[in-house]
Amino acid sequence: MSPRPIRIRKVSKPPVVSGFKPFGNKNTEKNKSVFLHYEEYEALRLCDYEMLNHHQAAVLMDVSRPTLTRIYSRARQKIAEALVDGKSIIIEGGKIYFDSDWYMCENCGCNFNHPVKTEEIKFCPLCKSNKITNIELGEEYDENYKPRCDDICICPECGYEQPHQPGRPCKNEICPQCNNRMVRKGTPHSRKFNY
Amino acid sequence: MKIAITSTGNSLESKLDQRFGRCAYFIIYDTETKGIEIIPNPNKDVEEGAGPASVNLVASRNVKKIVSGAFGVKIKSLIDSLKIQMIVLKETDKTVQDIIDMLNK
Repeated sequence: MSPRPIRIRKVSKPPVVSGFKPFGNKNTEKNKSVFLHYEEYEALRLCDYEMLNHHQAAVLMDVSRPTLTRIYSRARQKIAEALVDGKSIIIEGGKIYFDSDWYMCENCGCNFNHPVKTEEIKFCPLCKSNKITNIELGEEYDENYKPRCDDICICPECGYEQPHQPGRPCKNEICPQCNNRMVRKGTPHSRKFNY
Repeated sequence: MKIAITSTGNSLESKLDQRFGRCAYFIIYDTETKGIEIIPNPNKDVEEGAGPASVNLVASRNVKKIVSGAFGVKIKSLIDSLKIQMIVLKETDKTVQDIIDMLNK
C-alpha cells in the first residue's frame, strides 16, 4: 500500500533571507549546513513570531493540527542543531505553495489575485477601476454563524405555534397559553395529538 | 508585459474561454509592443494534467498575467508560486478584443 500523499502546505510569504551563516567560525564544522524547509520556517514564524497556537497555525497552513506540530518540532530540532554545531541554515525545499489574497473588482466583476506582496494593490488589473474589495475564498469559521431552521414548535394541547430555536429541544419550550410542553410540528410524535 | 488570454477561437473576435487548462487557444498580448501571438492549446483533449501542462506552456512565454474564466484547484497554487497574476472573469460575453481594449485603457 502506498502511503497517503503529503498535503501541500500553505505558506503566506517567502522568508526575507534565504539562510543564516555562523559568526566567528572557530572549531565549527565548515561547509556543513542544515536545510530548513519553507514549511518549517512558516510553522516557526506562526507559532513563535506571530504567537499563534498550534491549532490556529494549522488552519493557516492548511494542514491538520498534529501535522503542524510535527513540522514545528522538526523546525526546532534543525535550528537547535545549527546553533549547537555551528552549522549554517539554508531555507529551501518542502512541499509548499505560496498563498495570495484574492480581490474583486466592482466595476467589471472580475476576481483577481495578488502574487507580488511587496506592492500594494490599488487598481483592477483589467479595467483600472479603484473599486476593489478583498474577498476570502477559503471557508473560515464564522463566530456569528447561526444555524437556520424552518421547523415549528407546536403545543399539543391548544395548537399554539412558534418558530423552533435550533439547539433548544422543543420539549423545553413552554406554551405561553396553556403552560404545556411543546413538540416539533409534523413529526410522528406530534401527529399523535392531531395537530 | 505579456498577458495570456484564453480564447475559444483563433481570432480577436472570439470569446473568452471559460476554462484554462483545456481552452482552445491562448492569445498572448504584449502591452509594450502591442504584438499578439496565438498559440493553439496542445492540451485541449488531454484526459489528465491539462492544467499544469498549460501553465508550463504559458509560463515559458514569460507571461505576467492570465485572464480566464476559471482556474482549477491543481494549478492555482502553481501559478501563485510562479508569481503570475490570475484574473477570473466569470460568465462574460466579452471577446478577446474587448479584454485587450480594457487592458489598454
